[in-house]
Amino acid sequence: MTAADTHRAILAVWRIEQPRLITSLARMLRDVPLAEDLTQEALVAALERWPATGVPEKPGAWLMATAKHRALDHLRRRRMLERKHELVAWDMEAEQQAMPDPDAALDDDIGDELLRLIFTACHPRLSREARVALALRMICGLTTEEIARAFLLPDATIAQRIVRAKRTLSESGLAYETPSGEELSERLASVLEVVYLIFNEGYTAARGQDWLRPQLCNEALRMGRALTAIAPYEPEAYGLLALMELNASRTAARTDAVGEPILMLDQDRALWDQLQIRRGMQALGRARELGGAGGFYALQAAVIACHAQARTAGDTDWSRIAGLYAELAAVVRSPVIELNRAVAVGMAEGPEVALVIVDRLAREPALKGYHLLPSVRGDLLHKLGRYEEARAAFEAAAVLAGNRREHNLLRRRAAEAAEAAMS
Amino acid sequence: MRFMFIVKSAHPAPPTPELMQAMHKLADREIKAGRMLDSGGLMPLATGAQVRITDGQLSVVDGPFVEAKEVIGGYAIFELQSKEEAVAAVTEFMQLHKDFAPGWEGTCEIRAFAQTGP
Repeated sequence: MTAADTHRAILAVWRIEQPRLITSLARMLRDVPLAEDLTQEALVAALERWPATGVPEKPGAWLMATAKHRALDHLRRRRMLERKHELVAWDMEAEQQAMPDPDAALDDDIGDELLRLIFTACHPRLSREARVALALRMICGLTTEEIARAFLLPDATIAQRIVRAKRTLSESGLAYETPSGEELSERLASVLEVVYLIFNEGYTAARGQDWLRPQLCNEALRMGRALTAIAPYEPEAYGLLALMELNASRTAARTDAVGEPILMLDQDRALWDQLQIRRGMQALGRARELGGAGGFYALQAAVIACHAQARTAGDTDWSRIAGLYAELAAVVRSPVIELNRAVAVGMAEGPEVALVIVDRLAREPALKGYHLLPSVRGDLLHKLGRYEEARAAFEAAAVLAGNRREHNLLRRRAAEAAEAAMS
Repeated sequence: MRFMFIVKSAHPAPPTPELMQAMHKLADREIKAGRMLDSGGLMPLATGAQVRITDGQLSVVDGPFVEAKEVIGGYAIFELQSKEEAVAAVTEFMQLHKDFAPGWEGTCEIRAFAQTGP
């Protein structure tokens, strides 16, 4: 084994053990950010020791014992300080109880602690960026360098976000708490938002040159699956998981050999991942059983489910999709949702009806500069045979498109419309 | 990356209750960690059948099969970041067999799913 192989092997063990280490330490120390620091120290110790000694037979137990030693040292130091200041006399017994046998660690149900960890990392007091970085670090076990690469940012930026976020948590007394009751749903929304942000960051990257960006989708999926396993009565957690599984099921079909995007209706459905679709449908079913069919994520998942279940693009149930978007628009009023509804209506009832909706949206200030508005309009006009207007719409859309590949696609469509207008 | 872990053994006996319990706990943890997508145990080979093509001839053969040595007992599908993670996960799984089923011998094969699409 080369040094690089050993390093990778250690990081792999670390990623598997990290949630259990951090949750056990958090319980001992009653401080999540501190627990994260000390588990990192255990990783550093392994990286120093294992290349020479080889990976131990039970690496998880080794890491756990090392991390708990650090935690115990910390508690001792704190106790000495506290004695010095004659504040609190620390009870030796409490310390003993906090030190379960590392070999028995498999017996620990980490569910509640993991939930606490997730809620702490995604605390609404923190900025969105900080929540995302902290979640990837504390829940997924990604290193600062990996997070930085995934978000195309300098290491120092991510390191600083993590340090600041942890300080904010410690200084606000939020280092170890689990919300309950009414606060829970508000806090859950903050968690789901972070998970979805991470997913979308990876999803829009499609197949980047750096595998770490698409990898973000898998990290988000992992968190989504973990959330539904440890909080099994939250319909929106299932709704989000369904949405992510169903969207991720199309990954292999979304780009062609040179990385150009393929629109959903043109994709080879044989490449859609049936295991993931099945998991997505199960999660959506569970969301509905829990009474969450009308939730923000569940409704979006239901739309994708319509596509996932259609054997061919022609089989798509567009009137159902249009109905789902109407429901979604009632949950969150958003012109983007209305635009999506227009597309579905166009497919279900014809381009004329849809064009009425789109033209009404043209006055929406929020959509000024949004390239998909003229793009959808161009598509409808093209279908109506109004080629000259379609060309103008596609050209306007191309100017607004930020992504080079989308820009090219729209230019191509404008050229097609121009050609159709000539003949 | 998606992996399939395939457990093979010549050991005919069903797993000990201790092993079952340990595997169940590990599976529970892996589900909660969001890494395990699917898993399943298989009924004994003797109760199965094989459809073969030999010399261009199709034939259906019912069990038991005398020539079978290591037999697939079960599988799991995991979503992991790397082959190293797969090795670490399977090592932990096999360690349970070492600890809770003394005398058990077998293999757990790690196979990455082929990338579909372009």
